[in-house]
Amino acid sequence: MAKILKQRNIISLLILIAIVFPFLTKNEYFIHVMTLSFIWMIGVYGLNLLAGYTGYLSLAHAGFFAIGAYSLGILTVKAEMNFWLAFLLSLLITGILGFLIGLIALRTKEHFFAIYTLCVGYIIYLVIDKWDSLTEGVRGLIGIPAPGKAGPINFEEPLSQYYLVLFFLLVTVLIVYRIIHSLSGRTYIAIRNSEDLALTIGISTMKNKLSVFVLSTIFAGLSGALYASFIRFIGPDIGQISVTFDLLTYLLVGGIGTLSGPIVGTVLIVWLSQELQFLQDYRMLIFGPVLTLLVIFYPRGIVGALTGWKHKRDEKRKPQAARASSMAFGKSQVTVDKPVKEG
Amino acid sequence: MFLETKGLTKRFGGNTAVNNVDFTVEQGKINAIIGPNGAGKSTFFNLISGFHPPTSGQVIFKGQDVTKMPANKIAELGVARTFQTTNLFEQSTVLDNVIVGHRLRTKSTLFDAIFRTGRLKTEEAICREKAMEVIEFTGLMHVMGKQVGSLSQEEKKRTAFALALATDPEIVFLDEPAAGINPDETEGLAELIKQIAKKGITVCLIEHKMKMIMKLADKIMVLNYGEKIAEGTPEQIQNNPTVIKAYLGGSAIA
Repeated sequence: MAKILKQRNIISLLILIAIVFPFLTKNEYFIHVMTLSFIWMIGVYGLNLLAGYTGYLSLAHAGFFAIGAYSLGILTVKAEMNFWLAFLLSLLITGILGFLIGLIALRTKEHFFAIYTLCVGYIIYLVIDKWDSLTEGVRGLIGIPAPGKAGPINFEEPLSQYYLVLFFLLVTVLIVYRIIHSLSGRTYIAIRNSEDLALTIGISTMKNKLSVFVLSTIFAGLSGALYASFIRFIGPDIGQISVTFDLLTYLLVGGIGTLSGPIVGTVLIVWLSQELQFLQDYRMLIFGPVLTLLVIFYPRGIVGALTGWKHKRDEKRKPQAARASSMAFGKSQVTVDKPVKEG
Repeated sequence: MFLETKGLTKRFGGNTAVNNVDFTVEQGKINAIIGPNGAGKSTFFNLISGFHPPTSGQVIFKGQDVTKMPANKIAELGVARTFQTTNLFEQSTVLDNVIVGHRLRTKSTLFDAIFRTGRLKTEEAICREKAMEVIEFTGLMHVMGKQVGSLSQEEKKRTAFALALATDPEIVFLDEPAAGINPDETEGLAELIKQIAKKGITVCLIEHKMKMIMKLADKIMVLNYGEKIAEGTPEQIQNNPTVIKAYLGGSAIA
């Protein structure tokens, strides 16, 4: 029980830090970078749900990110729609396109799925780049409005935007947390571990994969829509494959298939990139090998390595208790602590 | 008839893995399928459980034609199976492995998960209860919290049994449950299989360990080169000259 409390404390502490962060630094640039990190995290959580928990590595997520961003941009700039209506619609549009693409993409598996979605991502990029009349092509969309007023709150200021994005991030984390700790989450993990076995225990794999895929694209779309309203200018570049690989790098470094991995990975890489800016593109000379080593030795990233290490330590410390450990689900009579294995 | 196959045939290219097999499974009994390696036993299982579509023939379960049904629908009807290689979720605990086994009897969706509805909570409790029940039944209480990857081969087999039983099946197909397990543990597993049958769940298994099969099975079918060459009680099979010639090479049963 003490451990669960400790975990709760860590989460509350993190949220508190995120809330007071703008007061700790007067540097607006830092707040800008942090807001952008939060936006990326939402997309990374979407990718994590699909690639980390269900085992389907999508390389089309920059495409869905761009669909969310462009939907918002076009609806507000060209159709001059109310911001929040456009915001909701852009999530809906991303979800519908995700559904249609998922119907076909999910007929493939493993690396075929990765290659297929890589192509889908590139096609989305091309459509955005070439469809001048709708997207303004390479010129990009300029003058996307900041989030509209929500009651008395105004989102023109960097500070209020920071809190708005933080709010959406917390909602995302809460949703993902609840899914992972539910029967649906167990179902997705079962599919990841063995699709054949999942089928034999009566799980409709297609239906489940499709719902994760759609939800995952909606998170990517949310991330894109927030990006568009924050940066207020978007070009076709945001749909490029390199953006997908950025998201994937954040996820791999933090820990794929772990709950806190997206936060750890994104914060770490974004700040490291900022600190190493004087190296320009030579940064990749450092990132490349480090990432390779990490994937080889710690396939579940930093968070995976930490939880694995903690798990081992707990087993060593009380081999007797570990046996009956999982009895401790709150209601049981067994008094030993359950080692919390969640990432 | 409880479960039967009619003229079941499967060809992979020019190779006929299962050839025109008529077989009936008797309810509440322990049915066994034996045959030399490559005789088509596992393919036969895959056809019944909906993993491969048969080239021709029918599978009928409780009067319903399930030949073209997808594997998950067949599982919902009450047909469970285990795999020859223990196909479990190695990185999670025994309990977590088994809980998801009852998922097919629940209805909660993503919506329930996101909003933590009452239905989800009730169903989670039901799944957990079911998992505990089958874990106790299969004698895995002491390793319940361990990762499956760290279990012994026998414990893994028992976990696979537990997972299959968590689906609330009427019949379980066990593909070589005692492969790679020492004689003492084999006895234990045989006892468990008897217990399953005693609970009223029909068992159909593939096995190479003759001693175990002859003691355990009520009814045996022998496959050779994809064809059924004999069917009957253990005594009948042991004395069947075709079986002795094809399968046991003329020597007495070990």
